[in-house]
Amino acid sequence: MNVQTQPSYETTIGLEIHVELATKSKMFCSCRVAFAGEPNTRTCPVCLGLPGSLPVANERAIEYTMKIGRALGCDVAGHSLWHRKNYFYPDMPKNYQISQYDLPLCYSGSVAIATESGPVTVGITRVHLEEDTGKSIHAGGRGRIHGSDYSLEDFNRAGTPLVEIVTDPDLHSAEDARVFVVELRAIIESLGVSDVRMEEGSMRVDANISVRLSGEAEYGTKVEVKNMNSVRSVGRALAYEETRQRAALDAAEALVQETRHFDEKKGTTSQGRTKEGSSDYRYFPEPDLVPFEPSAEWIAEIDASLPEKPAERRHRFMSEYGIGATETAILTTTRATGDWFESAARAYGGDAKKIVNWLIADLYGLLNESGQELSDTKVSPGRLAGLVKLVDAGVISGKQAKLVLTEMFASGKDAEGIVRDEGLEQISDTDAIESAIDAVIAANAEAADKVRAGNTGTLGWLVGQVMKKTQGRANPKMVTELLRSRLMR
Amino acid sequence: MPISRQAVDHVARLARLALSEEERDKMQVDLTKILEHAERIQTLHLDDVAPTSHAVPLHNVMRPDEVGESLSQEIALAGAPESADGRFKVPRILEEEE
Amino acid sequence: MSEILYMPATAMAAAMAAGELSSREVVAALLERAGGTQSALNGWLQRTPERALKEAHAADERRAAGKSRSAFDGVPVAYKDIFVTKDVVTTCASKILEGWVPPYDATVVERCDAAGLPMLGKANLDEFAMGSSTENSAFGPVRNPWNTTMVPGGSSGGSAALVAAGAAPWAWGTDTGGSIRQPAALSGVVGVKPTYGLVSRYGLVAFASSLDQAGPLARTVKDCAALLGLAAGHDPRDSTSIPAPGATDYLAGIEDGVEGLRIGVVKEFRAPEAGVQARIDEAYGRLEKLGAKLQELSLPSFEFGLPAYYLINPAEASSNLARYDGVRYGPRRRGEDVAQMMSRTRGEGFGAEVKRRIMLGSYALSAGYYDAYYGKAQRVRTLIIEELDRAYSSVDLIVSPTSPTTAFRIGERAADPLAMYLSDVYTAPVNLAGNAAISVPCGTSEDNGLPVGLQIIAGALDEHTMFRAAYAFEQDLGWILSPEGNPGNDLTAARKGGSS
Ligand SMILES: [Mg+2]
Ligand SMILES: [Zn+2]
Repeated sequence: MNVQTQPSYETTIGLEIHVELATKSKMFCSCRVAFAGEPNTRTCPVCLGLPGSLPVANERAIEYTMKIGRALGCDVAGHSLWHRKNYFYPDMPKNYQISQYDLPLCYSGSVAIATESGPVTVGITRVHLEEDTGKSIHAGGRGRIHGSDYSLEDFNRAGTPLVEIVTDPDLHSAEDARVFVVELRAIIESLGVSDVRMEEGSMRVDANISVRLSGEAEYGTKVEVKNMNSVRSVGRALAYEETRQRAALDAAEALVQETRHFDEKKGTTSQGRTKEGSSDYRYFPEPDLVPFEPSAEWIAEIDASLPEKPAERRHRFMSEYGIGATETAILTTTRATGDWFESAARAYGGDAKKIVNWLIADLYGLLNESGQELSDTKVSPGRLAGLVKLVDAGVISGKQAKLVLTEMFASGKDAEGIVRDEGLEQISDTDAIESAIDAVIAANAEAADKVRAGNTGTLGWLVGQVMKKTQGRANPKMVTELLRSRLMR
Repeated sequence: MPISRQAVDHVARLARLALSEEERDKMQVDLTKILEHAERIQTLHLDDVAPTSHAVPLHNVMRPDEVGESLSQEIALAGAPESADGRFKVPRILEEEE
Repeated sequence: MSEILYMPATAMAAAMAAGELSSREVVAALLERAGGTQSALNGWLQRTPERALKEAHAADERRAAGKSRSAFDGVPVAYKDIFVTKDVVTTCASKILEGWVPPYDATVVERCDAAGLPMLGKANLDEFAMGSSTENSAFGPVRNPWNTTMVPGGSSGGSAALVAAGAAPWAWGTDTGGSIRQPAALSGVVGVKPTYGLVSRYGLVAFASSLDQAGPLARTVKDCAALLGLAAGHDPRDSTSIPAPGATDYLAGIEDGVEGLRIGVVKEFRAPEAGVQARIDEAYGRLEKLGAKLQELSLPSFEFGLPAYYLINPAEASSNLARYDGVRYGPRRRGEDVAQMMSRTRGEGFGAEVKRRIMLGSYALSAGYYDAYYGKAQRVRTLIIEELDRAYSSVDLIVSPTSPTTAFRIGERAADPLAMYLSDVYTAPVNLAGNAAISVPCGTSEDNGLPVGLQIIAGALDEHTMFRAAYAFEQDLGWILSPEGNPGNDLTAARKGGSS
């Protein structure tokens, strides 16, 4: 047999992530930051680039950027500067973007991720702050940029604070890149500084990817991949690109340095239309804004305000509450979910796994049906804990508890109130149960005889009859015990 | 050092300036002359001198994150050469965002 | 009538306060003068007579009710048409902004409104303030009232000519490399470039942001001090505005004289035109006679100031002017696609000088050239600042000619941009350092009878000392445009003779 050695390749990926900050006002003016809405209703001389207007930096946006930087293990620059990035585009009111260049706010950080092949540390080159552009709608054609007749510009988004995070080229597979994006999103989400919704564009991921023969000193030809609009797309687009580049190398075809766009439907990338060599941004220090030099106290304050890191929280949940990895992953998708679970677990005080079950199996089911988020629901952590306590105390059965939860979800009332109002308390009063049993035995003498003869199957049937008689409110355990002592001893 | 015609063409494209042939010719001559005058700063050895980008030594000028008034859509669009559906209308875009 | 036209603003305010003069009378006289001199000078781009009269009326009523907004309530003003004015067309003398009606006011305009100054109109300028002659206006050149075949200087040439011709008591201009001081010198009026950051740049259409500064032009030093005082001070809308600039009443202590002041004479700055240098030398002698201690001062880096300035200003301008693209405001030229539309709009909308600066600036910032040009110019800037800082340890003020020459003929330097740029040789270094400077008239040249200006430079925020010296000099020289001696009377006399 003739064994051909397959060439072994190495993939190198670096990411550039843009995150819109959830400040109240824009980066350099006081227009409101919001999603969608009537076009051109949130603009002013500054964010519309009217002659004579001047920018003034939003303090909270700077604070949020430093938070992100510190959460990613970065240093905050003692002296940082704004630069103008000059290029013409109709969605950019001044035809330059106020951004940062060689002196970004934060630099040199790292993020640890757990991949299939083990832990990987991804270097963070820089975290800087800039302003977002407006939004173009391409009219005519198919609503796409190519083949359109004209475009329409809305500047509501123009000037929204935008953080750019650049990683070192430390990722070596599409899957690792996807895992990194998930982790980065969780970290930023935990800080409460952005919605980080890729689908709405508040988080945007671009990638530089190249493939080379293992052991080669030089990187392969770099391709920039854009238009990945979900976490899943990041994985798919980069996997496609990795395969495409390897195939090209196998076939000894030359790769070109270019920008490629991911097509969600086809699952492929295709060449963009940016003219190569045209990007000469003529960066220079923004004369309208002065340098930024944060005090050590401010940085210390920011450090003190940072929440538990998502990775730390996952480990803690597993060890502290004994929850499995799958459930932990669900409970830590957002900081709010984790907080919700923890306050429910604390209010309950018993085995937290019960809370996990009620939350994931039951409450999430109701949320899914109604299309709500955990943050929208009327069920508070304390109320869910109260419900589970009622079950533990035997006041209601597990089955009844599900009905109570449904009612709680609809009305927002607490469990005790619902149980009382609906008359759901279990009958645990021996006399009341005895009288029901008397009636059932009298009406079913034959069955009672069978039980007396030792037929346990019929005992179950008699229990059912008593439950029926009490509209399910009798404590089933007590009914069984009482029937047994009456007929089988 | 004279400025090449290619440099003039490149910069005109970068700066989005439609220039006639005559304008390009004159631009080449003028820019060369002005930059020759500027050449005298090349004789200075300034590697140890820090650049100055701002005339006043201020830092950390910020505004609180507060929402103020915006312009109405009508006023925002008042100066627009062309608009439609509450938006600024522009001819088709051939190049993608850089 | 003529008495009103050449009355200093401070005197107008006093006469109004004494009940001897109304704001309406002043505005009416000035509006007539404005109409009478416009065809000869072309100093105005927009006149706002109805608004001026309405505001004058309101000012008179406020005064009658004892509710004047300031000591200068009712004294009218003109703005260089680079100040954004709400509801009043603002063009920067460019076709690219033709017909633009701003939805907001510049801070300077807002503050002058708050002080009760009626707006007479918007003064002509070099397109986007790029020039030293006011020939680069898309709406025709401004002429010097001293000789209408001559330029008034620039770029605030409209403001300077109007003040010299008695069509406005005072006016706002902007100075990026000499654009207030040089036209003041060439037109025989006083002009001030304040410390960078003293007057808000909000609503001042940007030319070169790190150098631009708004300032007053008037016929007397006190008027300049007063007008500056009305608008100076911190503005939270301008990040480069100095937070605590100290007292802004520049009239306080202005009469304290120059006795004992140490004044440095820039050795390197000697005007090539003999008639200019003769007046400058006389001025130095006069300051010494008044008790100032003059000493020669060498500022070797200043030689590199102009080349550095002519790299930094086009670089910043190339970026500041990128927004004029035919998308949000201004006229548009058709194009097949957006890039072509923008290129045509800009190619046809901008004048030759503006295009030259955009090209030069884009080149100086472009890949491979930044370090040699823009980067190096910024280092020269540091040298100049350090040199001045050292100088201020031995002198309180620095003096030089404002301009190497008197007014030149219209068209004389139009074909040679470099010759035009040399007009700024003594003034531009001051902008690089952000210091304050004033140009004060020191008489006319014996060669041609045209005005000559003396530049007095002060350290950052030392406007008070600068005004003191300028006032002492002005009072001792006694050369102030008056109802008897002024260049404006000839203009209207000729016109009146022809028409009425
Ligand atoms: Mg970016
Ligand atoms: Zn805004």
